[in-house]
Amino acid sequence: MRDVKTVTSNVSAVEMMRVEMLTGNVAAAWAARLADVDYIPAYPITPQTEIIETLAKWIGEGVMKAKLVQLESEHSMLTAAGTASLTGARVFTATSSQGLFYGFEMLYNISGWRAPLVLVNVSRGVAAPVTLEPDHNDVLAARDSGFLQFHAETCQDVLDLVLLAYRVSEDRRVRLPSIVNMDGFYLSFTREPVHLPSQETVEEFLPPYIPTLPFRASRPVVKGASVLGGHIYTYFKHNIHESMRRAIEVFEEASKHYAELTGRVHEPVEGFKLEDAEYVLVMSNSFTTMGKRAVLRLRERGVPAGLVKIVMYRPFPSAQLAELLKNRKAVAVLDQNISLGMGGIMYQEVAGALYHQRNRPEKLMSVIGGLGGKYISLEEFEYVFNVLQHPEGRDPSTPLFLFRKDELEGVRKALGLAGLGGG
Amino acid sequence: MSETRFKTLRDVPLEEYLAPGNPLCAGCGATPVLRMFLKALEGRAVFVNAAGCFTLLHVYPYTPFKSSWMYTAFASAPAGAQGIRDALDILIEKGKIQPEEDIKVVCFTGDGAAYDIGLQSTSGAIERGLDFYYLVYDNEAYSNTGFQKSGATPYAASTATTLPTKLQREGHTGSKKDLFEIWRSHKPPYVATIAPSHIVDMLRKIESASKYRGPKLFISFTPCPTGWYHDTSESIRISKLAVECGVWPLKEAIYGEVKHTYTPRVLKPVEEYLKTQGRYKHLFHPQRQEHVIKAIQENIYQYWRRVAETEKLDIIIPSV
Ligand code: SF4
Repeated sequence: MRDVKTVTSNVSAVEMMRVEMLTGNVAAAWAARLADVDYIPAYPITPQTEIIETLAKWIGEGVMKAKLVQLESEHSMLTAAGTASLTGARVFTATSSQGLFYGFEMLYNISGWRAPLVLVNVSRGVAAPVTLEPDHNDVLAARDSGFLQFHAETCQDVLDLVLLAYRVSEDRRVRLPSIVNMDGFYLSFTREPVHLPSQETVEEFLPPYIPTLPFRASRPVVKGASVLGGHIYTYFKHNIHESMRRAIEVFEEASKHYAELTGRVHEPVEGFKLEDAEYVLVMSNSFTTMGKRAVLRLRERGVPAGLVKIVMYRPFPSAQLAELLKNRKAVAVLDQNISLGMGGIMYQEVAGALYHQRNRPEKLMSVIGGLGGKYISLEEFEYVFNVLQHPEGRDPSTPLFLFRKDELEGVRKALGLAGLGGG
Repeated sequence: MSETRFKTLRDVPLEEYLAPGNPLCAGCGATPVLRMFLKALEGRAVFVNAAGCFTLLHVYPYTPFKSSWMYTAFASAPAGAQGIRDALDILIEKGKIQPEEDIKVVCFTGDGAAYDIGLQSTSGAIERGLDFYYLVYDNEAYSNTGFQKSGATPYAASTATTLPTKLQREGHTGSKKDLFEIWRSHKPPYVATIAPSHIVDMLRKIESASKYRGPKLFISFTPCPTGWYHDTSESIRISKLAVECGVWPLKEAIYGEVKHTYTPRVLKPVEEYLKTQGRYKHLFHPQRQEHVIKAIQENIYQYWRRVAETEKLDIIIPSV
């Protein structure tokens, strides 16, 4: 592999692992390769394309045995992904933003078919206006579709979460598809050191996929049959819901095994500096790294700040989240998305998870930032914690929008150039 | 088609794969076609369906099928076929399943899916050389939703969205897409038109297509008593008339080379066909719309004049 430095790790991992400098995209491709996927239906879209290019190259070179087929749209890509999975192939696919939306109806079909494939979504803001950089309106639109959702903070997370996703998705107690989300650009095109588990380790962790009644000559089967009557429809939807809820403990179980093999721990929600934290920020995905830095800086100044990262977004780990947030003074939820006309999406869900908790935090604040990849600086994170400590005079029912003066200047300038706003 | 096991109706395989009794309309022209396809493929197939009347062939927990079935979505049945075919191929290649477990993949949709919403997906599947059959039952409208016009609706047909009115007396003003030619332009190994009245022709075509790897595409004429307004007992007679009047030419194209598989000696006047169906009633009542009937007729004659010339056929075409 060009440009990629291979070194042998001497860190105290459970096994000797290769460490490579990989982009999030290539980490995702590595996960698919290590999982020995059989089938990859593909369609290009920025910033996801590098994933399928990498896989196509490996298959072409013969280092990976799988079939990659480029479809003519994401709608077809997801359809083929679903039916291949039902036929017994381990399926991997990837898309972004508009592509996810173009294939949207198939998401619900795939989960209804109980096809346990893994889809990597490389987040990108949704048009219009058309953009390339990330926010989470694309992936969160899929939250009700019956796909499990895992959100990655680092390139290492991308690799680990894809492997965990296969294990949980294919588990008979779950048998539902997964989306693993990474931020476009911030992860997709950023190289970070990634520990690659050996093929043997992955084989030990991930048993072969045993499909349920696949299409075979010896046994005709009808799949995707229609139902008439809300009672039968409700039964099947509730069935998926229950499997989905079970996925939390199946994930925890799988994660424990993964930690034994690799030394890396993943939890549905992860706390950072929470011991005595009074002011806590809840967030997800790549900007979490910045959030953590802000927390460390504040800690140096004696502010009891902490952070909670949501890794598993579906099923929503309400109980685990409530446990981490109980008795805190004030909590801010940072949404890198916006439900237009409502506010932050994750905020609503966190609020819902806390409502029935006895010792829920006194204050819960909604923050919106990072739309379309807008950078969130350390100062902005610190500003959020500042407002958490001194909420006086702020209307808690409206979200706090992160937007800097210099950015506003930039907008004014653009409007002026466009002949609007009088310069 | 020299060596064929289908010479007369007596050669139709006896084994049944479609049980009698299903939720579809009595007299539906698509049922006998599906039944024949199942016989020809000996039930070792998965039928990949898009939204349409036949989606209701299976209503949980019932099935009249002795073969496999996969309902996908409206726009992407060919992609669904792709996923199954590819998965079977790679699983056999990797030794994960036995080659005896292989099955044929048949895309089975109505004209709404084939002519309109799923055309992109079909084009992609043909371009990729997918080894599959596509069977479209073409009843020339969206019948499952109440008979609205589709890209397959012929000129002057009355549908729920092209009703003849005082302002628009002929009904549908557009004309039917030529799906045969659209498919053929991709140069797949096999494209054919079939009709439920011509079973032997149909079975021979399936037999002949089976020799090729790649896309094998069939468009079936499909009388639809519910949308065309004719008696359920008339479907096969109407299908025969469509062929005899030259409305529905029976043909095939092997790697793009077209050949008509049945040539009416004398083309019957199209009026005979039109009069059998309520969807053309406005052409005759309350007043006869002579220019419309003539336009339809002339269109058919034009087609056959061209065919007679290129294929050197002996066919009597009256002049209008
Ligand atoms: S509406 Fe027409 S095509 Fe549909 S099942 Fe009835 S007869 Fe057949």
